Amino acid sequence: MSVLFIVVPLALIVVLAAVVAYIWSARAGQYDDLDTPAVRMLHDDDAAPPKEGR
Amino acid sequence: MTTAGATAVIGTPCTHCGLAVPPALITAGDGPQFCCAGCSAVYDILQSHGLSAYYRFGERREAAVRSSGRSYEEFDHPAFAELYVQQAGGGRMRTELYLEGVHCASCVWLVERVPLLLPGVARAELDIRRSLARVEWDSAAVSLSQLARALDRLGYAPHPFRGVARDAMRKREDRAMLTRIGVAGALAGNVMLAAGALYSGEFSGMESRYAELFRWMSLALTLPAVVFPGRVFFTGAWAALRTRTLHMDLPIAIAIAAALTRGAINTVTNSGPIYFDGVCILIFLLLVGRFLQQRGQRAATDAAELLYALAPTTARVVDADGTERELPAVALLPGMEVQVRAGESFPADGVIALGRTAVNAALLTGESMPTSARVSDRVFAGTLNVMAPVRVRVEESGETSRLAKILRQVEGSAQRRAPIVALANRMSGWFVAVVLALAVVTFLIWLPRDQALAWDHAIALLIVTCPCALALATPLAVTVAVGRAARAGIFIKGGDALELLSRPGEMVLDKTGTLTEGVTSLVAWWGDEAVKPLVLALEAGSSHPIADGFRRAWPAMAIAPASDVVHHAGGGISGTVNGTAVVVGSPRFVTARARGGEQYLARLTESALTPVFVAVDGVIVAAAAIGDRVRDDAGVALQALRLRGWHTTLLSGDDSAVARAVGAQLGFAASDAQGAASPEEKLAQLQQRVDIQRRSGRPVVMVGDGVNDAAAIAAASVGIGVHGGAEACLATADVYLTTPGIEPLVRLVEGSARTMRVIRRNIGFALCYNAAGVVLAMTGVISPFIAALLMPASSLTVLLGSYLGTTFVPASAPSVVFVPSDVTDRRERAA
Repeated sequence: MSVLFIVVPLALIVVLAAVVAYIWSARAGQYDDLDTPAVRMLHDDDAAPPKEGR
Repeated sequence: MTTAGATAVIGTPCTHCGLAVPPALITAGDGPQFCCAGCSAVYDILQSHGLSAYYRFGERREAAVRSSGRSYEEFDHPAFAELYVQQAGGGRMRTELYLEGVHCASCVWLVERVPLLLPGVARAELDIRRSLARVEWDSAAVSLSQLARALDRLGYAPHPFRGVARDAMRKREDRAMLTRIGVAGALAGNVMLAAGALYSGEFSGMESRYAELFRWMSLALTLPAVVFPGRVFFTGAWAALRTRTLHMDLPIAIAIAAALTRGAINTVTNSGPIYFDGVCILIFLLLVGRFLQQRGQRAATDAAELLYALAPTTARVVDADGTERELPAVALLPGMEVQVRAGESFPADGVIALGRTAVNAALLTGESMPTSARVSDRVFAGTLNVMAPVRVRVEESGETSRLAKILRQVEGSAQRRAPIVALANRMSGWFVAVVLALAVVTFLIWLPRDQALAWDHAIALLIVTCPCALALATPLAVTVAVGRAARAGIFIKGGDALELLSRPGEMVLDKTGTLTEGVTSLVAWWGDEAVKPLVLALEAGSSHPIADGFRRAWPAMAIAPASDVVHHAGGGISGTVNGTAVVVGSPRFVTARARGGEQYLARLTESALTPVFVAVDGVIVAAAAIGDRVRDDAGVALQALRLRGWHTTLLSGDDSAVARAVGAQLGFAASDAQGAASPEEKLAQLQQRVDIQRRSGRPVVMVGDGVNDAAAIAAASVGIGVHGGAEACLATADVYLTTPGIEPLVRLVEGSARTMRVIRRNIGFALCYNAAGVVLAMTGVISPFIAALLMPASSLTVLLGSYLGTTFVPASAPSVVFVPSDVTDRRERAA
C-alpha cells in the first residue's frame, strides 16, 4: 500500500491541472452566457433543419 | 414562443413571418407572399446573401418585420461614441446594443449573420436572454449607423445600451465568483475523499503512517481553500466588525478560522480530530448559495437600464428655411419644429404646427383607438403618429417630457422595493447572535472538565450550525421554481415576487392589451352575410382603424373593385361595388342616407364597441360592432383568481363607458371597473392601495402591458407584464408572461404558493438539522464524523426537496409531470 505515497501526490497534480483549466475557462468568459450557445449550436449552415425539442 | 406551425393562419401565410397576408398584397402565381414591405425586404436580403437557411428553422419569429427606417445618424456622433463605444484594438470598435423583437433561435442566427451582410463588421454576438447584441466593427470600413440600419432592416430596432460600463464590471465579478466556486468545489471534493479514507480507517483499522498522509493531504488542500475562495468570508466579517453589525459572515469566519487552526495543530501533533472536510464543504456550499442569490437580484437592476434604451433618440428638425436635419432627441429645444413621419414616435412633447393625423397614445394612456389630431393639438413624446406626416412645434423635450417623467417615476418606484431584503438581514443578525452565544456557552460548560474537549465541542457546534442548508434553502428553491416557470411561459425576475404572490391580495388589471387583445377587430355582425364582400371592397383602400378591423376579420375574402369611393371624415365611406351603391359608417351617418336599421340600434348602444351600419341601395341591411375583443381566457382566469381569494379590479386608461362595459362582461363589480385613468393616476392609485395593504401584508398586484402601466407596475408590490406588452413595461415588471392570454396568472399564483411551501419545508429541515447539531455538540456526543455527516446531509435534503417539490407545471401538461414518492407532495396535490 506504500504506493499511496506516490499515487496521492500524482492525483493532486491531476486535480491541479483540472483546476487551472477551469480557472482559465472561467476567466476567458466561457460561462458568461449560458443560454445563447445552446441555441447557436443548432445553426450549422448546411445541416438539416433544427428539430423542435418538444 | 410559438412554433410557426402551431397557430392556424387563415388565408395565405407570409413567406417570411407566417402571418396572414392582407388580400390586397397577395401577388399572383406560386411566388413568395409577404404581409408587409419589411418582410419582403428581409426576404430579399436573406436570399441575395445565400442565407435562405433561415427558413428551415422550425421555430421562427412570428411577427411582421417592423423596421423603423431611421437613419441612426446620431450613432456616429462623437458624443455618442464617448458614451457607448469602446476601443477593441486593431482599429476595431465595440459596443453593445439592445435589440427590440428578439425571440428565439432564429433571431440569434440572423443577428449573428450580420457580418456576412455588411463587410467591415467583424463580429456580432447575441445574448438571447437579455436581448443584447455585442458588435465589433472596423471603423475605417463601416460606420455604426450603417450597422444599426442593417439590424433595423432585419426588424431588430437597435438601441444604445447605457449599462456597458457596469456590465463589464459585473462580468468580472461573475467570473471571479465562478472561479472561487470551482476551486472551492474541487478542493472540497478531494478533501472529502481523504476524509472518506480516514473515517473508514477509523472503523477498520489503518496504519498510522497512511492516516498521517491523508491528514497532511487534507491540510495541504484546505489551506488554499481558505486563503483563496474562503477569503470573502473574512473580508465580509471584518467589514461587519468595523461597522459593528452582526453579519452572517462573522460566525462563518470564526468557525473557519477556529477549525482550521485547531485542525492544523492536531495534524502537526498527530492527535485529535481534524475539521478540514467540514471547512471545505462549508466554503463551497456557502459560495454556491451566495451566487444563486446574487444572480436572482441582478435581473431587477437590469430593468432600469433597458427603460432608457427605449426612448426615441433622434428627431428630424425643420429649420426656418425649410431644410431638414437629424438631431439627437435630447438636443431639441422648445420652439424648434420637427417633422414626424407616419409610423414614427414623437420625439418630444409639443403642438402640431402643420398637418393632420391620427395619434396612437396607447403607450401613455392605454386608449385602444387612435385619436385624430390637428393643428394646435398637443402630442406627447413616445406616442405613435399613425396616419400622416405632421410638423410639431416642440414644447418640452428630453428630461422634462411627460414620458421621461413617467420613466423617472418607474425608476423611483423600482428602487423603493427593498424592505424584504432588509428583513432577511435582520433575521440573520439574530441567527448569528444565537449561534455565537451557544458556542461560548458550550465552551464554558466543558472548560472545567477539559480544555481540549471544550475547544473541540465549541468548534463542532460552529461547524454544524453553519447556515449552509439555510443559505441554500431559499435561493435553491427559488432558482428551481423560476427555471420551471420559464419553461411554462412565465418569466420571474426575483424571488420576492414568488413570496408575495403566494398569498391572495388585490389584483389590479389593465384593460387594453391585457384583458382585451389590444387590436381593433370585428366583434359582432348582424344581418345579411352576403354584403360582407361589398363592405370589404369599400374599406380595402382605407387606413382607418375600422377598415383594419374588417380586413383582419376577413383576410381570405376576394376583393371586388369599388368605384366612386368617397371618404366622409368623421362619418363613413360610400361608393359603388358591382353596380350597387354601398354606404358603410356610423349609425348617424348611414341612417341619414338610408332607410331601416332600427332593429340593430338597441343592440349596439349598450356595448362598449364602435357601431357600424351597412346600407346597400338605400336600405340598411347589416350592422357590425368593431372594437377591442376581450381575450377568450379572461373570464375563466379571473373567476379562478377570485375563487382563490384575490380581489380583482379593472383600471383602464380607456373611456369610462368602455371600461364599465368590459368590466360588467368579465364579472367585475361596478365599483371595481374604472376607466379614464391617466398613467399618473394609475400610479397614484397603486401607491394608495399598497399603503393601505401594507399593514395587512397582502400584496397589491398590477397586471398591464403598456408604458402607461409601467409606473404603476413598478409601484405595485408585484408588477406583471403580459405577452405582447411594451418593452418598457416588461422591463419594470417583476414577472412577465411569454404566452398569450392571462390564464398563466392563475398558474403563477398557484406555483408561487407551492414554491413557498417548498421553501418553508426546506427551512424547517435545515433548522431541525441545526437544532440536532447544537444539542449533540453541547452534550458532547458529537464526533467530527457525525458533524461531517450532518452538514452535507442537511444540504442534500434541501437540494432534493427543491428539485422534487412540485412548483410550476408547463401549460401543455396540466397533470404533475414528475411524481416524487413524497408524502408532503401527495398532500399538496390532493389539496
